[in-house]
Amino acid sequence: MSVTENAVDHMSSPSAGEGPVEKPAGGGRRGGRGITDKGMNRFFWILLIVLGLTAPAYMYPVFAMQLMCFALFAAALNLLLGYTGLLSFGHAALFGGAAYITGHVVKVWGFPPLPGILAGTLFAVALGYVMGALAIRRRGIYFTMITLALAQLVYFLALQLPFTGGENGLQDIPRGHLFGFIDLNQPLAMYYTVFAIFMIGFLIIYRAVHSPFGQVLLAIRENEARALSLGYDVSRFKLMAFVLSAGLAGLAGSTKAIVFQFASLTDAHWQTSGEVVLMTLLGGMGTIFGPIVGAVTVVALQHDLASAGSWVQVIIGGIFIVCVLVFRRGIVGELLRLVRRG
Amino acid sequence: MMHASIDLILAQGMLGLNNGVFYAMLSLGLAIIFGLLNVINFAHGALYMVGAFVALICYSYLGAWLGLAGFHIDFWAALIVVPLVVGCFGIVIERTLLRWLYRFDPIYSLLLTFGIALVLQGLFSNFFNMSGTPYPGQPAALRGIVDLGFMIFPKYRLFVIVFSIVVCAGTWLFVERTRLGSYLRAAAENPDLVKAFGVNVPRMVTLTFAFGTALAGLAGVLAAPIYSVSPVVVIGGMGSIMGAIVSGLALGLIEGVTKVVYAPASNTVIFVLMAIVLLVRPSGLFGRAGE
Amino acid sequence: MTPSSDAQAAAKPSMLSLRDLNAYYGESHVLLGIELDLHDGEVATLLGRNGAGRSTTLKAVLGLVDRRSGSVKIRGQETIDMPAHRIAPLGKLGYCPEERGIFAALTTEENLLLPPVLAEGGMSLDDIYEMFPNLLELRRSMGTRLSGGEQQMLAMARILRTGARLLLLDEITEGLAPVIVKRLGRVIRQLKERGFTILLVEQNFHFAATLADRHYVVEHGKVIDQIEAGSLEQNRDRLNRYLSV
Repeated sequence: MSVTENAVDHMSSPSAGEGPVEKPAGGGRRGGRGITDKGMNRFFWILLIVLGLTAPAYMYPVFAMQLMCFALFAAALNLLLGYTGLLSFGHAALFGGAAYITGHVVKVWGFPPLPGILAGTLFAVALGYVMGALAIRRRGIYFTMITLALAQLVYFLALQLPFTGGENGLQDIPRGHLFGFIDLNQPLAMYYTVFAIFMIGFLIIYRAVHSPFGQVLLAIRENEARALSLGYDVSRFKLMAFVLSAGLAGLAGSTKAIVFQFASLTDAHWQTSGEVVLMTLLGGMGTIFGPIVGAVTVVALQHDLASAGSWVQVIIGGIFIVCVLVFRRGIVGELLRLVRRG
Repeated sequence: MMHASIDLILAQGMLGLNNGVFYAMLSLGLAIIFGLLNVINFAHGALYMVGAFVALICYSYLGAWLGLAGFHIDFWAALIVVPLVVGCFGIVIERTLLRWLYRFDPIYSLLLTFGIALVLQGLFSNFFNMSGTPYPGQPAALRGIVDLGFMIFPKYRLFVIVFSIVVCAGTWLFVERTRLGSYLRAAAENPDLVKAFGVNVPRMVTLTFAFGTALAGLAGVLAAPIYSVSPVVVIGGMGSIMGAIVSGLALGLIEGVTKVVYAPASNTVIFVLMAIVLLVRPSGLFGRAGE
Repeated sequence: MTPSSDAQAAAKPSMLSLRDLNAYYGESHVLLGIELDLHDGEVATLLGRNGAGRSTTLKAVLGLVDRRSGSVKIRGQETIDMPAHRIAPLGKLGYCPEERGIFAALTTEENLLLPPVLAEGGMSLDDIYEMFPNLLELRRSMGTRLSGGEQQMLAMARILRTGARLLLLDEITEGLAPVIVKRLGRVIRQLKERGFTILLVEQNFHFAATLADRHYVVEHGKVIDQIEAGSLEQNRDRLNRYLSV
């Protein structure tokens, strides 16, 4: 026991004692104006679909695609962090690793984009299984450090192995033709493909969270000891969550490799791991739509501040600090709280 | 033939030792902070960088800023001034930011220090040359080389090794053998009870954090004459230092080191072994080669 | 309080006075208004079922809970707003926690010397080793190597060194062999004779009955009854009801 552990269960929700996070099961609570959780969800879904479908009309498709890739990445991390209560600081290994694999499969072996993305995703699943199996042996902060250490290992491999192109990364990854005839070099074709992939990935997360499986994850986050005593194989559930999260992070990375046509060391760097944690935190841990909001915010910020050089880092760091101190619920989390108070 | 290979091994050992003492000092600071506060200080590498920069500023820029031409705080004074400055900065961080997060999950503290690291890295990248500024203040007494018999070795690097070992040993002695150290060890185990005895644990926590950061700053000063002072190289080094320390820590050594720092005298052996492992670890394992 | 003990109590200064003491762990409201009085030289026990809030009461007095409200007066001084580390020196408090709190990383002697001296009149190291000779033998052993009984002795010894006069003891007989319990009883009686003020949390009613001047019954975070030592026999039925599981 050390200075920083309090009487409340150490493994409980990151916002321990601080207020509710979005309840996954439908119905749920009513806000003052009769807005239910289900209603909020529906609203967000519609907003997401409408914005997604119409984005090319008012945004550069490439930018919108970048947003979606990172939104999926953040949502995948959130499954682990917000819903299971496990902080992985090594998700960049999955994101970047999948990008490299997809790049190699498509560029060097000449596969079409979809199998390429599948290959990257499967790699992430496998790597996630290994990482998860090792990290889950420990709890709390040790879990996080192990994920970081393993990700560093992957980064080191990415740096040294010949096929990754070292510091230059893997460039000129061809977009190819989807299903053999849809030319992905056409921006709209690429955009809607990415949108489809994003929606599929996001739907998987949504369904997982709102299923009995998701309920168990929440139980583990709230009180691991109690979940254990109820007879749940906590380690297995944690591993399943990790693998699912890893696979979806890999999906995001693979897609990003095709869209931007290169895979770089930055994708696998621990700073990327940190940034995706920030996206999740800023948007709202433990909320379904939070990571999307967080990703959009952070990526947009980075774009707007690109000319400011190193100040971006300072600002991102500053946001981190502020978020952690006073804004732990994140944007969506605070929004939900406001609505519920009515 | 045999003679040559032993010489070679010793030479490699000395070089490894040179990098290793920095790892050791940084690890020690990290372990002390983690032991008492249960916080992984992600900003540790950044504070090491800050230490190097403060040393540089003290030597090269302070005179100009204060309007006193030719004024500088030399290396020897920097050895005291810099850890004090960084330590004070640590006090500020702990009191104003970190303290609020103790009652939450430790991941929040980790994320806070991560944010601090980004801010520090970004700030210094803005004001200083990315490719590195050399530190001109290496004292004349430590220039040149010394003949160790099996190899010739730069005087300064030898000084660094000896000095670092003295600092680490002194810290260990303090924690293991003094009364104040016993308060530290007890508070790491059961802070509430120590408070109930009337010991000002919150102040101890602040000072412990400050001490850990001061160690990082001290490592920075020592490093300044060897590696040019840069946000990039050192931060890139931060990646590898963090990587080395973090991996070592994560793979169960965190318990070993913490136990070692706070455990009974009989575990001295483990500490020595740990130090050796750290010292001999190849520097290029987790980052750019040739660091 | 009966009139006679009122008069008695009026003569002795108040050591500990709790009024409407509420305490919280996080969101849990654990103490709902504890009230009790302890005068100089008195020994009182907190009886009740597990989870009633007895240990928490001791912790609340020491300021070791997340949040507390109400009034905690130690020697007449209000301490409700003080941080934990200032309370012990002010009140010359000595605390034996339920888990005994022997530090694993320290030797027996280091454990003994750890709590800072709060006031004069504490036992010297030699006196302690005379009272607890087995601790002398064990002085270089690590804290964890001691048996339960030895740890309990150590926990008591170390607060006696500090000069504390108001002792808060939590379940000191728990899990100990009858022989050691007897020894502890002798120690407590000696302390009482020397004028220490003691608040005991005890599950072992027989142990408590022989030592205490007063028993407070705690249930669901409140003091629901108070029984003087003299009137134990008359209230045996009531007591049995309170303490039955």
